[in-house]
Amino acid sequence: MTSYRDDPQRAEPATVSDGEIDRLLSAVYEKYGYDFRAYSRAHVKRRLLHRLRLANLDNLGLLQQQVLQDAHFASQLLQDLSINVTEMFRDPEFYLAVRAKVIPLLKTWSYIKIWHAGCSTGEEVYSMAILLREEGLSDRVQIYATDFNPHALARAREGIFPADHMKTYARNYQSTGACASFADYYHAKYDSAIMDPALKRNILWAQHNLVTDSDFAEVQMVICRNVLIYFNRQLQNHVHGLFHRSLTNGGILCLGKKESLVLTDHRELYSEVDRQQKIYKKRYDYSQL
Amino acid sequence: MTIRNYEAVVLGASFGGMQMLKLLLTALPRDFSLPVIAVQHTAPTAEGALAELLNRVCEIEVREANEKEPIEPARVYLAPANYHLLVEPDRTFSLTVDERVNYARPAIDVLFETAAETYGAGLIGLVLTGANSDGAKGLRHIKDRGGLAIVQDPATAAAPAMPRAAILAARPHRVLAPEQITALLLQIHHHRQERI
Repeated sequence: MTSYRDDPQRAEPATVSDGEIDRLLSAVYEKYGYDFRAYSRAHVKRRLLHRLRLANLDNLGLLQQQVLQDAHFASQLLQDLSINVTEMFRDPEFYLAVRAKVIPLLKTWSYIKIWHAGCSTGEEVYSMAILLREEGLSDRVQIYATDFNPHALARAREGIFPADHMKTYARNYQSTGACASFADYYHAKYDSAIMDPALKRNILWAQHNLVTDSDFAEVQMVICRNVLIYFNRQLQNHVHGLFHRSLTNGGILCLGKKESLVLTDHRELYSEVDRQQKIYKKRYDYSQL
Repeated sequence: MTIRNYEAVVLGASFGGMQMLKLLLTALPRDFSLPVIAVQHTAPTAEGALAELLNRVCEIEVREANEKEPIEPARVYLAPANYHLLVEPDRTFSLTVDERVNYARPAIDVLFETAAETYGAGLIGLVLTGANSDGAKGLRHIKDRGGLAIVQDPATAAAPAMPRAAILAARPHRVLAPEQITALLLQIHHHRQERI
């Protein structure tokens, strides 16, 4: 058994109290309108500690001052706290399940509206647009792709992605039961891949905040994957309310692989389309429950 | 060494971790008095196979952690593939799909840092075999918050790099061979049971 002596030079990590976090998040909400108060506290705390280290600040009070005075710093913090990790055809099995089990249901509607909530930089929206085109639905589908983060949304709207990601995306695409070549959907220029502009005809990009904005359309499908995991239970229930109000009877709800309705107030209001892939269908008889 | 009333165990393993997890977790009784929360680096496509396998050979219940579920004693929770596992202040789990940390998702550092914030001095952190340096910063964080920092003796590890990095960064309280780690965990378990 060996014991090791401490290095006396080393500084301890900054301590951040829940009260300080509450004050900072309230101040951010009042000044900028972004509400992170009901986000996973462990996630927020980790990101704030990270920003404290990068900005070389001693405590959250100083960080709060800087956030309120410096719009650029505030926008950095916004990036820290938002979720911008995504990829095309992420979880290929999900898209396989959509092809097999959801497309036949969508085809029963003459016109299909899809709300893709929390779309970040748009990779998964383009993926769905590709899939819908391959399934022959591009003439009768409208995707509302929303996110609260204007920077992410601007990049989504451009539809230009790093070319070196395309190899992974092509591999994902091939595992979704695809019938074409992924390279047909973009053209490469220098180190960028520019998505086929025709895909955008079906997509309407809009800024929408799940925390503070309300529902805005009746839709046949809601896709919201790996967003709700960042919210606390109450906020999850609130957002599920938005989704439920937006969905038409028999409409489809798609969540992330590790997200489930089981622990929410809404579990009785849907039936399962695919348990593994977290695809649900809004019940017709929900008012009688 | 004095045994305190610890409240949770977090552990991280990478290359060679499967054998180590099996060895440690099969030694725990079904009513082990603390929750055990583990990150084992795996391929992003692994679908809960590790938890199922361990659950078959262990007395104690082993399964993947679900988001928002309360953390209970007598259970081993594994981080699901391709998600970070975080401990919330109210002792529930969160999952995130944030950037990889140390090229890993799940990352040991993410679990360790958030668990240290919640459990403070009540936490035991264990860095096991692995070929990278994930867990080193997290173990340091656990120690800084008053928790007990333990590293597997690199000489007994299938890959010594991760234990070595943790020893350098965290200056752990103990560097132990696998059988010493299980002995210590059982000692802590018995100590807790006597107090109840």
